[in-house]
Amino acid sequence: MDLQVPEQERHFREEVRAFLDESLTPDILEAGRRTTSVFAPVKEAMAWQRILHKKGWAAPHWPKEYGGTGWSVGQRAVFAEELVRAEAPPLIPMGLQMCGPCLIGFGTEEQKAHYLPRILSGEDLWCQGYSEPGAGSDLASLNTFAESDGDDYVINGTKIWTTYAHHANRMFLLVRTRRDGKPQAGITFLLLDMDTPGITVEPIVGLDEVPEQCQVFFDNVRVPKRNRVGGENDGWTVAKYLLTFERGGQDYAPALGVQLQRLKQIAARQTTAGGGSLRDDPVWAHKVAACESEVLALSFTEKRIKSALSAGKDPGALSSMTKILGTELQQRVTELGIETLGSQALVWQPQALVPGGDDEPLGPEYALTSMAAYLNARACSIYGGSNEVQRGIIAKAVLGL
Amino acid sequence: MNFSLSDEQQMLADSARRFVQGQYHAEAHRNNKALTPVDPTLWRQFAELGWLALPFDEDDGGLGAGLVETMVLMEELGRGGVIAPYLATVVLGGGVLRRADAACRARYLPDLVAGELQLALAVDEQERVFAPENTALQAREEGGDFVLSGRKILVLNGDQADRILVLARTSGEPGDQHGLSLFLLDPHSQGVTLAPHRLVDGHQAAQLRLDAVRLSANALIFQKGAAFAPVREVLDEAVLALGAEAVGALTVLLNDTVEYSKTRKQFGVPIGHFQVLQHRMAGMFMALEQTRSLLLAATLKTLEGHDDARQAVHALKAQIGRAGRHIAQEAVQIHGGMGMTDELAVGHYFKRITAMDGLFGGADQHLAAFARA
Repeated sequence: MDLQVPEQERHFREEVRAFLDESLTPDILEAGRRTTSVFAPVKEAMAWQRILHKKGWAAPHWPKEYGGTGWSVGQRAVFAEELVRAEAPPLIPMGLQMCGPCLIGFGTEEQKAHYLPRILSGEDLWCQGYSEPGAGSDLASLNTFAESDGDDYVINGTKIWTTYAHHANRMFLLVRTRRDGKPQAGITFLLLDMDTPGITVEPIVGLDEVPEQCQVFFDNVRVPKRNRVGGENDGWTVAKYLLTFERGGQDYAPALGVQLQRLKQIAARQTTAGGGSLRDDPVWAHKVAACESEVLALSFTEKRIKSALSAGKDPGALSSMTKILGTELQQRVTELGIETLGSQALVWQPQALVPGGDDEPLGPEYALTSMAAYLNARACSIYGGSNEVQRGIIAKAVLGL
Repeated sequence: MNFSLSDEQQMLADSARRFVQGQYHAEAHRNNKALTPVDPTLWRQFAELGWLALPFDEDDGGLGAGLVETMVLMEELGRGGVIAPYLATVVLGGGVLRRADAACRARYLPDLVAGELQLALAVDEQERVFAPENTALQAREEGGDFVLSGRKILVLNGDQADRILVLARTSGEPGDQHGLSLFLLDPHSQGVTLAPHRLVDGHQAAQLRLDAVRLSANALIFQKGAAFAPVREVLDEAVLALGAEAVGALTVLLNDTVEYSKTRKQFGVPIGHFQVLQHRMAGMFMALEQTRSLLLAATLKTLEGHDDARQAVHALKAQIGRAGRHIAQEAVQIHGGMGMTDELAVGHYFKRITAMDGLFGGADQHLAAFARA
């Protein structure tokens, strides 16, 4: 047991750093600094993806044959760390992180040949049609129905919380193809073009006044059966595969660590009535230390997962924890963000966050993002399986309750 | 000991609730994302209802009501999610003028009570943790006049105010309680720049820039160098008002969440059937009632002049921040995705409660002050 970093990884970090230094343009960096969500502004995120794609680095976690990098688990972690350190905007995950892996696991050769290169290049922007107004935490109760009609399915129903549906040209979605039996057993995984007749997209304005989410309505939308991924009524297997593919795939600790360091720099600039800086205020320091020590713990939980994966072992229960811990620590860091700024965090200039917007920040740039980030982060314990559902999984699957 | 409202106080509560429910268009105000002047109809109604006269002495044209009446009204404004500059003009601005000399009161209070004067109090400064004594903005004496230079941020209602009360330093260093003076500023004076902006909760404020603004000694509200004590009293009253507003807003957050949990079904049952959510809503309820208790403690101790009144005010402000965050976050979480939208009232109350912690110093600061008190 040791913490030695392989020589190769150290060189790799330098290589990544040098590449990021020369490739991140000021526009892309500004978008990164002003991103207050998991979802970066489309234009800049896609511009950044094209740069990474040119280098062959858009999807490090994909198998090499499909355009992945063939990096070790450790190298991938180094790459992810350097991206957050450089304040690069995160790539939009629906294609690269979600649909792509499903296609790699279950797609036909034809589907893979058609869609995967377009996901990598950014030519296609995907959205994820999972949740419905009546099916959130209880996803298996989804009710959007796809009626078989010759070589097509005809879809009727609605999806909600569909991030960036108003920007996307493709959607992967779960539909019901059978009403009897276990709810999970009658679900099918489909791909569709967003310009198919019968689709209506209505953006939903969030707490942060950003229309990031959408509701999507399907009125007799015709999708060819060749757009099915996996078997009919076997979509739940495809959807679940995504979860195993993602296991250990997302590390929260590196970004949290960077955010806490930034917070300390901000606190150092705030003068207290006692004349010192807020950073030296014992209460503030104590709260940040409590958070930071938990981030340290999480980073080692994440390392344990990666170590197990590298050794070809199943990280098992540990990977159920990271979504809960990562999102709740994320929320705490954003709480500390608005606390650190006090009244300065209340100044609300959403237009100044939009890249290229003409609203100039009234205060320092760091004060611009804290409230929007706090508001947006409330969603992360709700989406992707609410944290209540995640705790239920630990209770049942891990503790056997 | 008696925690019941008098008949008059109950009437005020009832009429305020009727007005807010019947005549205040919460959704329209909520959906307005532009910088707009104070709704003149609404403000006139506030005047007609006597709300603008509430805390002022009868000799000054007021109703001579006390902190309990303001508490009653603010709770209803909080419950209704009312976006209006009552805190800025009546509690903060009015709170200052109420303590000013007779000439100043006679000059401004009748207009305030009639709904024809908007006010703002400018204390906060950029990158300085909120505290009146943390003021750095300089007022330099020059031939009997004062010349003010510097910047104030988050001046509530500063974009609409006919007069802005500016806390400035005539001597001493930031951190000193002495040497603070309060100036009545006409925002049209030369050298004044206002940058209006919205707050996250839909209220409006401005950043105020003063470039060698020359004011005569008449602009001094209190004695030179002696503004700290009265300003702190006014800020205490603002915390009490905010606490009442918080109780109103938190009541809505709890009630809406409980109702939603009874109707929203997942896994074949209303989500309120799940014990994990029941316990959390029980926790929200307890946090709300503890906030109400501290509101009463702080209000009555202040009203009666108890020695530990200020300590109770600190406890209340800390509770607004902590319980407010707890209840508001649970409300959004239990509403799920719907809680994240701009459509439901829950989101608006969430943002208002969040903003309250950011005003007049946050929970940690007030707990530290509680410990020192």
